[in-house]
Amino acid sequence: MFGTRRWTLLAALLTLVSVILASCGAPADTGTTGNTGTTGSPAASTAAATNASPSAAASTAATTSASPSAAAGTTAGSAAAGAGKLEIFSWWTNGGEADGLNAMFEVYKQQNPGVDIVNATVAGGAGTNAKAVLQTRLAGGQPPDSWQVHAGRETLSYVDNLEPLTQFFKEQGFDKVMPQLLLDQLQINGEIYTVPVNIHRSNMLWYNPKVFQDNNLQPPKTMEEFFTAADALKAKNITPLAVGGKDGFEAAHLFESVLLATLGPEDYTKLWTGDATAWADPRVAQAIETMSRMLSYANEDRSAIGWSDAAQRVLDGKAGMTIMGDWAEGYFLSKGAKVNTDFGYAAAPGTDGVFMWLSDSFGLAKGAPHAEAARAWLAVAGSKEGQDAFNPKKGSIPARTDADKSLYDEYLQWSMEQFASNTLAPSATHGAATTNAFQQTWSNSLEVFSSNLDVEELIATLEDAIGDLSQ
Amino acid sequence: MSTTALRPVRRRPRIWLYAIMIVFAGFYLLPIFLLLITSFKSFEEVSLSRMWDLPRGLHFQSFTRAWEAMGSSFINSLQLVIPATIISCILGSLNGYVLAKWKFRGSDLIFTAILFGMFIPYQSVLIPLVRVLSGMGLYGSINGLILVHVVYGIPITTLIFRNYYASVPTELVEAGKIDGADFFGIYRHIMFPLSIPGFVVVAIWQFTSIWNEFLFGLIITSAPEKRPVTVALQNLSGSQFTQWNVQMAGALLVALPTLLVYIFLGRYFLRGLLAGSLKG
Amino acid sequence: MSHANIREFAPSDVARRRRWLTRDRLIALLMLMPSVVAIAVFVYGFIAWTGYISLTAWSGIAPDYTFVGLENYRTIFRSVRFQTDIRNTVVFTLFFLLSNLILGLVLALLVDARVKGEAIFRSIYLFPMAVSFIVTGVAWSWIFTPGNFPSDPTGINLLLDRLGLDALQSAWITDKRVLPEFRPSWARTKLGVPMAMLPVVVAATWQMSGFTMAMYLAGLRGIPEDLREAARVDGASEWQVFRRITLPMLQPVTLSAVIILGHISLKIFDLIMTMTGGGPGNATDVPGVFVYDITFNANKIAQGAAAAIVMLVMVAVLIVPYIVYNARTEVER
Repeated sequence: MFGTRRWTLLAALLTLVSVILASCGAPADTGTTGNTGTTGSPAASTAAATNASPSAAASTAATTSASPSAAAGTTAGSAAAGAGKLEIFSWWTNGGEADGLNAMFEVYKQQNPGVDIVNATVAGGAGTNAKAVLQTRLAGGQPPDSWQVHAGRETLSYVDNLEPLTQFFKEQGFDKVMPQLLLDQLQINGEIYTVPVNIHRSNMLWYNPKVFQDNNLQPPKTMEEFFTAADALKAKNITPLAVGGKDGFEAAHLFESVLLATLGPEDYTKLWTGDATAWADPRVAQAIETMSRMLSYANEDRSAIGWSDAAQRVLDGKAGMTIMGDWAEGYFLSKGAKVNTDFGYAAAPGTDGVFMWLSDSFGLAKGAPHAEAARAWLAVAGSKEGQDAFNPKKGSIPARTDADKSLYDEYLQWSMEQFASNTLAPSATHGAATTNAFQQTWSNSLEVFSSNLDVEELIATLEDAIGDLSQ
Repeated sequence: MSTTALRPVRRRPRIWLYAIMIVFAGFYLLPIFLLLITSFKSFEEVSLSRMWDLPRGLHFQSFTRAWEAMGSSFINSLQLVIPATIISCILGSLNGYVLAKWKFRGSDLIFTAILFGMFIPYQSVLIPLVRVLSGMGLYGSINGLILVHVVYGIPITTLIFRNYYASVPTELVEAGKIDGADFFGIYRHIMFPLSIPGFVVVAIWQFTSIWNEFLFGLIITSAPEKRPVTVALQNLSGSQFTQWNVQMAGALLVALPTLLVYIFLGRYFLRGLLAGSLKG
Repeated sequence: MSHANIREFAPSDVARRRRWLTRDRLIALLMLMPSVVAIAVFVYGFIAWTGYISLTAWSGIAPDYTFVGLENYRTIFRSVRFQTDIRNTVVFTLFFLLSNLILGLVLALLVDARVKGEAIFRSIYLFPMAVSFIVTGVAWSWIFTPGNFPSDPTGINLLLDRLGLDALQSAWITDKRVLPEFRPSWARTKLGVPMAMLPVVVAATWQMSGFTMAMYLAGLRGIPEDLREAARVDGASEWQVFRRITLPMLQPVTLSAVIILGHISLKIFDLIMTMTGGGPGNATDVPGVFVYDITFNANKIAQGAAAAIVMLVMVAVLIVPYIVYNARTEVER
């Protein structure tokens, strides 16, 4: 009696062990296939990179032929086109941005009936979690078909995992409807890798019109005017400048506007080329001093509040101004505030005439499981229809200059005019001008500066990070 | 109890005792109070400077909105937590049994090696983890997540059960052997019935930690329809700003199952601890 | 012990028993195998992988296995941020352990006084353990956000304001002070206790002290009452009974608690991310956050791996004495 029970148990046990051994044995082989996959893709990418200069067409050919898995993926994708799947990865989980994304999906579904869209969104940690998921998926050989990335230099971080799209831009005619300066700033090693779906503006000042009226103030156009206004507000016991820090990027966000104001668009843009001499410019130190002075007019508890809390203080009249990207407008509207009565806007002091842009964009994964469906998606993301569906809801302007203005609110219409007429400068904090590696040090070191105002430490940390601009 | 009879019953210290206990209770309930009042507010009402104000009306929208966004993830979490907890318990108790009562040369070393696994920083293993799971075909699935939680639960469950079984007199095991009981016989008839309180402790511990775990859930399940509830909770917040009323309503909903477990099984948890599972 | 038993049986029995025993031994080993294999792969395999990566130049999404020796360790140890993180994790662990053990013991003694309604208080103290660190972090970050005090306080400062206790208002999680601040020549960061860390310790203690209480409660109820009674009969005061009998008897509980709390403390991540995000500056940043940030935000995989290995070494420093002690008491048993 004992015996039979024992043997059945033993048998069950052995199967359990063998299952686990088998499954643990598997990683060994898959580890090697994973390795060949990953070692294969850099090879493909170098092939693409070397062939890139002669002609874009040749380089795409090189990539597809060099990486058989990608080719297989493409054929599988086209075979399944019409009744396939499409996985889109983004950090747009909620509110206007999620509504906008869904509106763009609707456009896609009309044009591509039968494709099942997997909306893989990851929120939290101010985009950090999304980056973590993306990184592990790419390293694990499980890329989504298309993922969100800040357009511009940040794309360099993913260049080995993305298909070049320069040719695609020509086919779709995107190169004719997007500003030339933007197209130039999108290029990585002579290729465009992602399709920008929107444009946000970084160098924006938001102020409380009632507070300003009560104190006979005008939104400051220059740094001097800013400090005059700040003194007036401080005398009235109103926080002149609300600054956040909880989301990790607020101090860096403020500083890039200060840098732009101090250096002007041309020299500002040069900082991000990785050229150390640009950083030796004495005006960089001057900008840090200005930043330090501005922070003396800011709330002391900035590390504990997010940018939206800072915006809320402006709305409540507890603070006079805040410098934040134009997603702040979306926040004000969501709180039921009215433009020009509850909140006002202007270019950040000293930066009028320059549009510091940042943009969300989508690329095509190398070896995308559903490459054809993904190309169709990118066509929608770059189209007038797609962008006009997305942007009014998201609270940003289209990257195309031919959008239907009537769909947008007052601020966004103003912003569209500015985008078309101003000089463009890329945002460093939001990836238009910098790689992931640099952004991380940049944000963290400015958050530290916001706390300890140690000029030397900031300069030393940034000097160490210049090398990160090119990797 | 006999001692209280011996000692003179002092009235005043009792009152002080209650006072101190109530002050502590206030400390423990404060954050929950904050969650509750915030979750009943409308988004316009939510603000740091008015955070202690009671809501103007009872807005249940936050809860319905949170539930709409997270409801299906609740099922996922249950599908994850229940099997993972059961497997963890079985595996932990077998390990503990072997390491406490079937010692062999090097068994203490193995125990130490298993224990050390408790300390691995999860942030650093995510990349190889995704590779291994993809290789096993488990990446992106709830089964993959179960496997990961079971594996990383082995150290703590083994520790608890081993300490528990160490307190069971070896004579009992020897007696079982003399009676002709084998490995499983002793386990089934002696160890298992004795270790029910230990199972309760381990089950509660694993249930809460797996239910509340975020990082693995985030990384391993990519498709929205397979996400555990903690990830869904994070996704309630946008990348740009968070509707705190909805977020906190969601937090309360997420905490509900584990809270219920503690409220109703807390007694057994204590009893299990008392029975020796964590006494060292 | 088994040998002692074997001698009592007849030779034929011995042979049978030995075979029996070996078969059972085999089963025992087999039962252990799945766990051993899993731990070998998922813990030691991954540690080996991490250790290997920490010696390479992998920075960026695509792997780069160029060997660079200890370069990454040099880089992180030289950085102000990682030095700050080490300081912070030591401070946090010390305060977290102390406050939990003390509060846990106090609560256990209170609950053990067998007052009416004990079960309710016990549940209240224990329930935070059921809540995830993410939720804890959000709630406590609200509570410890100071606002523009004294004129426009928020969180706990607002409560203090309403209670007329303005004097107790503080900058809490935005406090930039490091006390006592000193800076040896080899350090790039200020040494001392970052004041902003204390509210984080409060939040973490809120979460885990109930569990510590439960452990102590179990310990207390395991102490035979007659032992204490005998001491009382001998004329010992309640305090002496506590000092001489209760506390020593609770030592094994304390040790287990230190290990369980220690592993939570050294790996703390979710709570910091949601409560302070590491700020102000890096005053509450810890290695766990550093590893995540540097690996996934900066894509500096190799540096992140190096930091993870440093974390593991720190853990080993904590746990090895425990294991040695455990082994020693085992022998005594």
